[in-house]
Amino acid sequence: MIIIVDYGLGNIRAFANVYKRLNIPCSIVSESEGLESATKLILPGVGAFDEAMGLLNKSGMRELLDELVLERKVPVLGICIGMHMLAHSSEEGSVPGLGWLEGTVKKFDSTMLTDQTPLPHMGWNNVMIRQSSPLFNALEDSPTFYFLHSYFFTCAHREDVLAEADYGSRFACAVQAGNVYGVQFHPEKSHHNGVQLLKNFGEM
Amino acid sequence: MHNQGLVKTVKFKNPKYVGDPINAVKIFNEKEADELMVIDIDATHENQEPDYKMIENLAVECRMPLCYGGGIKTLEQAQRICGLGVEKVAISSIAVENPGIISKIAEHVGSQSVVAVLDVKKRMLGDRYDIWTHNATKNRKQCPIACAKQMEELGAGEIVINSIDCDGVMKGYDIDLAKKIRKAVHVPLTLLGGAGSLNDIRELINTFGVIGAGAGSMFVFKGVYRAVLINYPSCSEKDKLAMLVQ
Repeated sequence: MIIIVDYGLGNIRAFANVYKRLNIPCSIVSESEGLESATKLILPGVGAFDEAMGLLNKSGMRELLDELVLERKVPVLGICIGMHMLAHSSEEGSVPGLGWLEGTVKKFDSTMLTDQTPLPHMGWNNVMIRQSSPLFNALEDSPTFYFLHSYFFTCAHREDVLAEADYGSRFACAVQAGNVYGVQFHPEKSHHNGVQLLKNFGEM
Repeated sequence: MHNQGLVKTVKFKNPKYVGDPINAVKIFNEKEADELMVIDIDATHENQEPDYKMIENLAVECRMPLCYGGGIKTLEQAQRICGLGVEKVAISSIAVENPGIISKIAEHVGSQSVVAVLDVKKRMLGDRYDIWTHNATKNRKQCPIACAKQMEELGAGEIVINSIDCDGVMKGYDIDLAKKIRKAVHVPLTLLGGAGSLNDIRELINTFGVIGAGAGSMFVFKGVYRAVLINYPSCSEKDKLAMLVQ
């Protein structure tokens, strides 16, 4: 069962809606009890890092999530702030991240930005796939997705970068290490490409 | 939104019913619209709470980024709306009355989710503009350029300039106004009011490169008699608009 982790932030129901249309069973869980049946996890998020980590830590689900992901190797897909939370830390805040995927989160370097690339990075942008992955099955070349962020994930290991995008400078917009996946863009708000990616995650 | 239905106005007056909000969202989903902004024009004017049920229904249905505005005055309201699955909250009147609220909201939901909307009207004489609120009934006598700058400093992640004079007229954007604001702020800027055709959007993109092109009437009316027909450019038509900027 795909479990969408509801810790208080993110388009929980938008994901549920996508999977409902695809006829892929999923359920929204906001308490520890509901997590046991997870065969896949989605960690959504919109907002600020500390707020997100704070809410997740207070939700009562943190301990079981750590076990599911780190020990039982349940595949997890972090989205936007959910992806940032996978890291050890973020420049956006002071609360430690989950540390499920080695890396940190940094703010876009303002010296590389121009009038044409204001912050936040907000809008549709092309994604450059660097490594093939079942996550990208049947996606068109250079697919566009919706981005909404001012911070980005930097991987400790280059081989964890699945895809990149350009905004002033090049940054990783999809990452993976083992069972842990993260995407910077919002597949739940990216029309057909987003639906395909979520379908791929569901069917992996 | 007005009386729970979708309306289009001309210069913020004479709201004309154009359809049911949920239905419109479904159609824009099919047409793969880039982004949707839903503004409840009753809420602030009538001093009402946002219609959370309606917002939730819209958010669940919407497969593209959604921004909601109308009646948001407190952090709690903004947080509640973001929690319903809305990407961004738009604040307008309260941003002018109590600008500090922008920082407060941005701190909790993130700057990327805070949009400051300024309804702007040109003065009768001369080249200056004023900010108006409450459906263009209250002249705040504040300069939109200075205000936009202040809002950016306080943490607004996007500024939307809504031209009251061009609203519903469909004869092109107020490019001069846009130039003045663009010079002053560095966050993403979106212009709203006046788009009548893809050429108007092309002109905007050619002038500014990266800019948000907002349109309402253009996407709901068709033809000289303004028959209600939801329409939206295809992916290739949109690509052509962007290609002219090299």
